[in-house]
Amino acid sequence: MSTPPPEETGDLQVALDDSSVQEVLDKLDEELVGLRPVKTRIREVAALLLVDRLRRRFALASGTPTLHMSFTGNPGTGKTTVALRMAEILHRLGYVREGHLVSVTRDDLVGQYIGHTAPKTREVIKKAMGGVLFIDEAYYLYKPENERDYGQESIEILLQVMENNRDDLVVILAGYQGHMNLFFGSNPGMRSRIAHHIDFPDYEPAELLQIARLMLASQNYRFSAEAERAFEEYVAARRKLAHFANARSVRNALDRARLRQANRLFARRGSPLTRADLMTIEAEDILASRVFDEARQAGAAPGSARD
Amino acid sequence: MMTNHGNRLTQGQFSFLPDLSDAQITTQIRYALRHGWAVNVEYTDDPHPRNTYWEMFGMPMFDLKDPAGILLEINNCRKTFPNHYIRVTAFDSTRGWESPRMSFLVNRPAREPGFGVTRHEGPGRTIQYTVHSYATDRGEGERYTG
Repeated sequence: MSTPPPEETGDLQVALDDSSVQEVLDKLDEELVGLRPVKTRIREVAALLLVDRLRRRFALASGTPTLHMSFTGNPGTGKTTVALRMAEILHRLGYVREGHLVSVTRDDLVGQYIGHTAPKTREVIKKAMGGVLFIDEAYYLYKPENERDYGQESIEILLQVMENNRDDLVVILAGYQGHMNLFFGSNPGMRSRIAHHIDFPDYEPAELLQIARLMLASQNYRFSAEAERAFEEYVAARRKLAHFANARSVRNALDRARLRQANRLFARRGSPLTRADLMTIEAEDILASRVFDEARQAGAAPGSARD
Repeated sequence: MMTNHGNRLTQGQFSFLPDLSDAQITTQIRYALRHGWAVNVEYTDDPHPRNTYWEMFGMPMFDLKDPAGILLEINNCRKTFPNHYIRVTAFDSTRGWESPRMSFLVNRPAREPGFGVTRHEGPGRTIQYTVHSYATDRGEGERYTG
């Protein structure tokens, strides 16, 4: 191994420009609202990999860092979206070779009969090699109520691969906070092999509103000024009800608002519609939601509510 | 006279070259995967040239993106059958091809006794040739064991 002369210097800015990772990070900032702790951690990982790459130029050997991660958070906080981005970032940084994401759940890993699980898990792992293996709802792999459950076998194979094939793939586990804590509690080997535990926080109302705006813009819709105020109230009401799923609830609410908008436009057929009419979601489209009624009732007597 | 120096089996690609290293095998597999061919690992202890159908090791591997998974299987196969011939084939399913596009050995037994030619004289002094692998005088699984 040849050591470069001591006066040679490396420039992190150059390394950053080379990897074009800044582009992905900027896109992340732009398209994903909020999620500050997540973005911070992704920046840290990116910095580590860049520094590592520079260190290698100076022949400062160090082991490949473990990059297996676990994403925990409530429904609809963007775990899958971030995992997809993660694959791209790691690819740009040269940490994974191909940069594809293989997204699986328990069904894809665990077999139905004795001897069925190991080949199934291995097949998935082989497909994910050179990229990122994303295991959604990972806590389902472990079912403590059934000691003969094949999930355990799958976990053991995963553990082995996570340790021995660190260069070949990155495993990301995702799930709801409480369930995942239980899962890691009963699989300490899994916990210790995962270097990055990233918690996805719930969105603030202002962030949810911004998400709604982004979602509408991507589908060529927009709120009228009153509708935006109405949606603010809607978000405030919806957050208090049961089964609130952050961005997912927002998406569902918008889908229903589009439905009501279409209905409203259809009711006044005969009169000409402008481009703006077709694009705009009015306050009444949102105020017609059941959530407002249910919130009022829940204020009197807390009960269950649906979307 | 030795017609096959070193008594090495020469089937498929690269078989006149020294054995490929793992890095070289990886590069070859990457080439195959980039073309969308399905790569398989096969083994046999009956390397007769007309024995085209070798046993497949493990499951067929479709939709792989990276050679690491296949190298993993190659190494598993080497561990299971250290004294067998192991080859890697890449199958092209494109209409019009529908056949292997690549095939090369990745493992050979420590000692390869080679083949003998038997001449059988038929009617009218015609001669029929039989190629016979010395190793197949022994039972399956016991060949090439030393």
